Amino acid sequence: MSDTAIKPTQGHRIEWGSEQQLKNVKRRYAADRRLQLFGLGAISLAVLLLGILVFSLVQTGYKSFVQTKVLVEIPLDHPSIKRDEPGKGSYRVIVRNAFRSNFPEVSGRRDLRNVDRILSSQARFIVRDYVVANPELVGQTIKIALPLSDPFDQLHKKVIPSQIAALSQREKQLFKSLQDRNVVSIENDVTVVQIDAFIDPEKVAAQDLDAGDYEGVVKEGLRSYFLNYQPSSYEPILADNAADAVKNFVQQNPGVVGQTVQVKVPVSEHYDVLNKGSEPFVTNPRFDSAKQIEQYKALNEKNLISTPFNWELFFNSDSRFPEQAGLAGAIVGSFYTLLVCFLISFPVGISAAVYLEEFAPKNRYTDLIEVNINNLAAVPSVVFGLLGLAVFLGFFGMPRSAPLVGGMVLSLMTLPTIIIATRAALKAVPPSVREAALGVGASRHQVVIHHVLPLAMPGILTGTIIGLAQALGETAPLLLIGMNAFITAAPGGILEPATALPTQIFSWADSPERGFVSRTSAAILVLLGFLVIMNAIAIFMRQRFERSW
Amino acid sequence: MEPQVGMDQEIEKSTVPATGVSEKPGETAALNPKMKAKKVSVYYGEKQALFDVDLNIYEKSVTALIGPSGCGKSTFIRALNRMNDVIEGCRVTGKILLDDMDVYDPKVDPVQLRAHVGMVFQKPNPFPKSIFDNIAYGPKIHGMGSNKTDLEEIVETSLKRAGLFDEVKDRLKEPGTGLSGGQQQRLCIARAIAVSPDVILMDEPCSALDPIATARIEELIDELKQNYTIVIVTHSMQQAARVSQKTAFFHLGYLVEEGDTDMIFTSPNDERTESYITGRIG
Repeated sequence: MSDTAIKPTQGHRIEWGSEQQLKNVKRRYAADRRLQLFGLGAISLAVLLLGILVFSLVQTGYKSFVQTKVLVEIPLDHPSIKRDEPGKGSYRVIVRNAFRSNFPEVSGRRDLRNVDRILSSQARFIVRDYVVANPELVGQTIKIALPLSDPFDQLHKKVIPSQIAALSQREKQLFKSLQDRNVVSIENDVTVVQIDAFIDPEKVAAQDLDAGDYEGVVKEGLRSYFLNYQPSSYEPILADNAADAVKNFVQQNPGVVGQTVQVKVPVSEHYDVLNKGSEPFVTNPRFDSAKQIEQYKALNEKNLISTPFNWELFFNSDSRFPEQAGLAGAIVGSFYTLLVCFLISFPVGISAAVYLEEFAPKNRYTDLIEVNINNLAAVPSVVFGLLGLAVFLGFFGMPRSAPLVGGMVLSLMTLPTIIIATRAALKAVPPSVREAALGVGASRHQVVIHHVLPLAMPGILTGTIIGLAQALGETAPLLLIGMNAFITAAPGGILEPATALPTQIFSWADSPERGFVSRTSAAILVLLGFLVIMNAIAIFMRQRFERSW
Repeated sequence: MEPQVGMDQEIEKSTVPATGVSEKPGETAALNPKMKAKKVSVYYGEKQALFDVDLNIYEKSVTALIGPSGCGKSTFIRALNRMNDVIEGCRVTGKILLDDMDVYDPKVDPVQLRAHVGMVFQKPNPFPKSIFDNIAYGPKIHGMGSNKTDLEEIVETSLKRAGLFDEVKDRLKEPGTGLSGGQQQRLCIARAIAVSPDVILMDEPCSALDPIATARIEELIDELKQNYTIVIVTHSMQQAARVSQKTAFFHLGYLVEEGDTDMIFTSPNDERTESYITGRIG
């Protein structure tokens, strides 16, 4: 009996090198390799996506780390500036005149105003603050680098062009359909389009040929080519003097009234350029005039324009003008918010976790609490924001936009993370340490405070930092309690209106000025920088304080 | 002292018939019972792990608890200093007397009890702190050493008694976890005696150690019994025979037999004891 059970039957023996076995081995190796490849593929995909994210952020954001500035020579001898009260001078006039002196040839209100607009409108405050900081300079002439206004900053960084294409793709296509009909030609170096014009007697009276509605005639004639289009899309093809061409023709041939005639009318300037085979351009509408761009170029040729590192990005608060907008307010606001969040969630989270893990009886109620804490971690953050809005602002009437409320709302989110991390860290402390402490006569709370908590601390701190990092990037709850407010000064305390980094990113991303596009990316990079630093601290602490037993 | 002895004799009278254990008066005359277990049963939830154990533990001697795995000897030793209290659902009935005091009396503070009845565990478990702090911790929380010199003295005495002082005197500030396994276990013994307990419970103290370290611990136990009452749980019959004066054999939650070690190992009364020590059951 037992012999047959021990000896393998002939057919089931594993034969080295048999075809079946070789196939098996090969299949097994292939499966191993496949599994590895899947893993590698997944990791590569993740790394690739992260790379794309960081690359695109850096690509758009790096330009915000420098600021285009122009060196202006400012004489501080204006009678309005007094040494004992340097803050009160008419810096607007002083800065304006000093900058205008670069272009003595410019006259006329409009042109002078356009010159002023090359410089940031905030320049006067920069000069004022500089003089207030150095009152001994009053009466002297200073040289100071002042930021250019946003369009010129972007132009200098080659983000926007000085000229843009005058015609859209659609306009070009419309014109091409005319060219395809062979009705476009060049006469006397002017592009003309031949139209069939019905000299409508209702528009042009034979008695008074001068006063006829020739423009209507021309438009009507062109309409026959574009029956399915809105007049506004094809009428710009006609030059301003197109009607005059018809008028001349009718005046020379008065008999055509009431007939349809073929007339060649000139096309407008951009279509003329297009027909002659080049691309028509116009000055970028972000600039006031082409002259302004020439003036900027002149400054650049005189080497007055430089791009120093943009410290203002870190030391200025928010501004309507992108060249002056900075993150200082948001960073300070985020700091206060996280401080409040930490001060609330750290002690509360640890106390809750220690109680649940070390002292609470295991029964239905503690199970329920445990399940709910885990659920709380999965609640969408916007819900916490609504809760904060309803309870903290609505019911308790706490101040709007304040870091105190922001921190309280974020601590609701951080609490479950800290509790879960703390419980895991407490569980990881080996029971032998507890037994040892109990064995020498430590009470339960002494066991926890003297032995278990210190051993769990690295894990607790890691969890806390990760929770805070999460809170740092949280936007939705802060939006709901008004922390996306436009605030131009860093908050002085937890009760003052403030904004935070993610909400600052949100409001900058919403702004139309071109300069905010790269500033948004720069702000994201700063936020990511803080997150990386926080996570690095977490990893460092885990490795530094982790103890073996 | 006098009335205590009188009381002990009374108890002796009442317990001896109940357990049916006969003691040779000549051999136990010098020994006073330090702890007495009376009809001790331990339950883990619904499950009963120990059934009506009656056992005396004699002063300044080594009592070995032997028996196969799961027989309840660890449960019993942990009941002696109420270490079972921290296990959820664990319940102890019966009486355990330390001198004359019922350790399960609600008035007794388990923390104070554990200062009197110290414990050494199976696996060396020094705190992840310095050697000095490992030993000074117990005296500190019990308010024994009020200043640093007192504590230093306690640490030195405890380490000397545990036979570890010469090996570690130059590195008291280094972590206790950096010592070898045998040294760690002696450190744990030093830690246990630092609070001057009356009784030291040892739950398989040598099971994680090599034979040389085991020999050192056994020597140490032999020295410690001059001053302390020791209860040791062991799986090694040789060890029980070498170090103990009294032996109790547990089987399936019952105390089968107890008595002088020589007697248990040479002429056991119970058939099961004989089977176990000769290796037929286990």
